[in-house]
Amino acid sequence: MNLRRAAGAAYRCTVNVDVTPLPGIGVRKEIELRGGRRVGVITHRDGRIELILSRADDPDACLAELPLTTEEAGALANLLGAPQLVNQLNDEHRDLPGITTRKLPIRTNSPYDGRPLGDTALRTRTQVSVVAVMRAGQVCPSPTPDFVLVAGDIVIAVGEADKLDHAADVLARG
Amino acid sequence: MDHTALELLELGAVFFGLGLLGRLAHRIGLSPIPLYLVGGLAFGTGGILPLGDIGDFTSLAGEVGVVLLLLLLGLEYSAAELVTGLRRSWLAGVVDIVLNAAPGVAVALILGWGPVGAMVLGGVTYISSSGIVAKVLSDLGRLGNRETPVVLSVLVFEDLVMALYLPILTALLLGVTLWGGIGAVGISVAVISVVLLVALRYGRWVSAVVDSDDQEVFLLKVLGAALLLAGFAQAMQVSAAVGAFLLGIAISGSTAENAARLLEPLRDLFAAVFFVVFGLSTDPASIPPVLGWALVLVVTSTVTKFATGWWAARRARIGRMGRARAGAALVARGEFSIVIAGLAVGYAAVPDELAALATGYVLIMAMVGPILARYIEPVVRLLPDRPAVPI
Repeated sequence: MNLRRAAGAAYRCTVNVDVTPLPGIGVRKEIELRGGRRVGVITHRDGRIELILSRADDPDACLAELPLTTEEAGALANLLGAPQLVNQLNDEHRDLPGITTRKLPIRTNSPYDGRPLGDTALRTRTQVSVVAVMRAGQVCPSPTPDFVLVAGDIVIAVGEADKLDHAADVLARG
Repeated sequence: MDHTALELLELGAVFFGLGLLGRLAHRIGLSPIPLYLVGGLAFGTGGILPLGDIGDFTSLAGEVGVVLLLLLLGLEYSAAELVTGLRRSWLAGVVDIVLNAAPGVAVALILGWGPVGAMVLGGVTYISSSGIVAKVLSDLGRLGNRETPVVLSVLVFEDLVMALYLPILTALLLGVTLWGGIGAVGISVAVISVVLLVALRYGRWVSAVVDSDDQEVFLLKVLGAALLLAGFAQAMQVSAAVGAFLLGIAISGSTAENAARLLEPLRDLFAAVFFVVFGLSTDPASIPPVLGWALVLVVTSTVTKFATGWWAARRARIGRMGRARAGAALVARGEFSIVIAGLAVGYAAVPDELAALATGYVLIMAMVGPILARYIEPVVRLLPDRPAVPI
């Protein structure tokens, strides 16, 4: 299964991203929501990112322009992207009873922050498979044991419910 | 006191004074340009404190200020953006020229300043201040608005027009014949086409000539190249500013971004000196007699610029409120109006009243523009909606 292609296809077939160059400033990328409101980002030429949301009463204007740091933008992308990926994976093995997909966050106090995935020995200890890691909204499919985890990553794991509980515990406490 | 000490004291006082004025402008949320002009008026001819000893330095620094203003304007937009802008918004650009040069041309002709005066004053009322407009849009959080690309593309078009207008104006100021003027148009169109083509195809190479990993080397190379080209353009009797502008266009990509970042503080410094020098050359006592005409220009050119923005936004299918915002955003005039007036004054081909009129006009427009942009929404909301027309 090619996760990256699957996720990409899912975005592509349902949502249209409008890209508008802003000469002298940067680029605006936005999508129109079903209700007609626009949400998107402005990428300034110096790399700054702003989140924009259009006003309900005046679709041409913006309710807010929120400046985001790279880390904040990455965290937001994870929050938005991970549930979508998990739903999709759950859909794909609905016919395998007992098997579910869950997202397991790496928190700042996790013992595996900054250590390779292999160190967790999740498969041996909990019989759970890591199928992907989400970082800054990007899917890293089939990570190898030397893939270094950092706080903020979301580990996408497949297995039975109680095994997944155990795996979450391992990632949080070691 | 020895001479050097006096010069340093004067220069220090000027810069420090400008700093205080800039801070004041920041406090009250205004562009510093009108305050710099007022600072220049306060010193110099007929002002409260004539500056004697640093005149040579400030006038050269003012020239460097113009070169840097135009260089950074060129750096701001890539050749590709200019070409796309030209293709997409030429109609709005033409409407912009016709509507907004008209008030200046009319007033100059009424005052009997002849075709050259009309050409200068038309330019002064035509060109919006891209510096003030971009700052207002970002301060008011309107970068994400749908009318903003419309506003920006009008600015891009105006900047291209500058590249054509300045050489023609220079030719006229030098008093060439009609055929000479047409020759100047032909040459400038050809040069700009070549530069755009070179920038599109070989922009990397131009960038590679000035680029360097070392910031100091890079700064010296870019500044040196800009001044060399400006001097060359001046010697060829097209304006110095155009040479710098074309260099700015030809430098592209990350080199352009780095250059803009490095040169911005220098631009601010020398441009401030330029505004002061322009203010210096104007006798404050000459402004009140032309203030009436300045107000006429303020009112008419505010209306015409607003109409331009409104029309351009309507073509882009923007709603009523967005059209009003686009119109109001474009109203501010500033640095480039002064560059045009300064060029004319430098050749002494126009009456002194024109400089006074331009000063008074820009003083008011640089303040009116941002205020109008800020308060246009509540004003439009107060107006009654047009009755819905059944289709």
